[in-house]
Amino acid sequence: MDKITLGAVNTEPGSSLNYKTGSWRTMKPVLTPENCIFCNMCWQYCPDSAIEPADPKEKKPIVIDYDYCKGCGICVQECLANKNVNLKDALAMVPEEK
Amino acid sequence: MASDELFVSGHRGCAGCGMATAVRMILQEAGPNTIVANATGCLEVMTTGYPETSWKVPWIHAAFENAGAVASGVDVALKKLGKRDGVNILAFAGDGGTFDIGFQALSGMLERGHNITYVVFDNEAYMNTGIQRCSSTPPYASTTTSPAGKVIPGKQGRKKPIANIVAAHDIAYTATATIAYHGDLKKKVRKALEVNREGKGPAFIHVFSPCPTGWRYPSEMTVELSRMAVETGIFVLWEQEGSDPRNRKISCPPKEKRKPVEEYFKLQGRFRHLLKMPDIIEQIQKEVDEKCENLMQ
Ligand SMILES: Cc1ncc(C[n+]2csc(CCOP(=O)(O)OP(=O)(O)O)c2C)c(N)n1
Ligand code: SF4
Ligand code: SF4
Ligand SMILES: [Mg+2]
Repeated sequence: MDKITLGAVNTEPGSSLNYKTGSWRTMKPVLTPENCIFCNMCWQYCPDSAIEPADPKEKKPIVIDYDYCKGCGICVQECLANKNVNLKDALAMVPEEK
Repeated sequence: MASDELFVSGHRGCAGCGMATAVRMILQEAGPNTIVANATGCLEVMTTGYPETSWKVPWIHAAFENAGAVASGVDVALKKLGKRDGVNILAFAGDGGTFDIGFQALSGMLERGHNITYVVFDNEAYMNTGIQRCSSTPPYASTTTSPAGKVIPGKQGRKKPIANIVAAHDIAYTATATIAYHGDLKKKVRKALEVNREGKGPAFIHVFSPCPTGWRYPSEMTVELSRMAVETGIFVLWEQEGSDPRNRKISCPPKEKRKPVEEYFKLQGRFRHLLKMPDIIEQIQKEVDEKCENLMQ
């Protein structure tokens, strides 16, 4: 876009996907897929829409999108597997490499 | 991201922004046939850095003070064009844009009876411009214009009871909600939009939205703080049809289940100075308990 549109009208819904916020991370959530209980709390609470939800019917765990995840840690904090002392943790924060 | 997400990644909100989570939940409930009028504030700034946008629904930028008026204009224009049916109109604004400078536009929107749902995202200060105190800022919170120090222990004065004031306009539906209770929040959004669809006039939802940057807490605690605000009785969840508070449905934790307010304060830098001021904490605890007892009568 080299010309400013009249009234700064934007005709590309969702175009912030062009901007990858993953580089903001200092810590990174990592999933242990076999421990995911498909509760989707991480998906529900992620402020960055950076989680593809689990499919309980297909027993398909969540997927974290590192292109956008900012590493806030909410998913790890709210994961129901993590909260349940009788279950193994599904999500953990680790320092970002590089 | 889910394929039908209407609030997409790539926005510039701080890591852990509670308001971003709230917006996602609201749009999940409202669906694609929705128009948003958004006041200036963090939400507008973080989602619409020209030439990009994080919105997948039609979105219009209002000034800081007039989300209510702009949303009203959208309502009237769509009616005139014969395109009003089946469209949800949402007005989104921060606490500054609602409790303070946008109050007049909001009150006018309520009085004229537009079928609009107005949502205030309350992060308890003017965050976008650097954490200035607002009439929504709770007593004793330290902000850049109510700094805790030798002169004052944070904000002096109370938090304006905005949802009560809105309900007193005799509108069809008023509610308070927060992200930790996502089912409750979505249910309230559904009811608000239903009221609009039935032509019963405006609805209002006060959404308590923790902000790691302004409240100075670790970003992973956003949802936990939203939960704790409710568990301590500091933020009370309720909904009400019409202006009669006797119709109010309140969920406030009973005394024996209520968490001490100190647990909520000690997680946040904006209240840290209070930890050395047990008298003030005791006084706040007493006020919260009294408020809850009165509400539950
Ligand atoms: C008339 C006017 N005064 C001041 C400003 C500067 N300004 C922009 S956003 C903002 C504060 C927004 O606070 P709030 O509504 O609580 O939203 P938040 O950023 O906290 O989400 C201010 C003071 C403005 N845009 N217009
Ligand atoms: S760390 Fe934060 S941004 Fe990243 S996936 Fe988890 S909730 Fe989303
Ligand atoms: S300052 Fe607070 S409300 Fe604003 S984007 Fe950051 S976390 Fe969200
Ligand atoms: Mg604010």
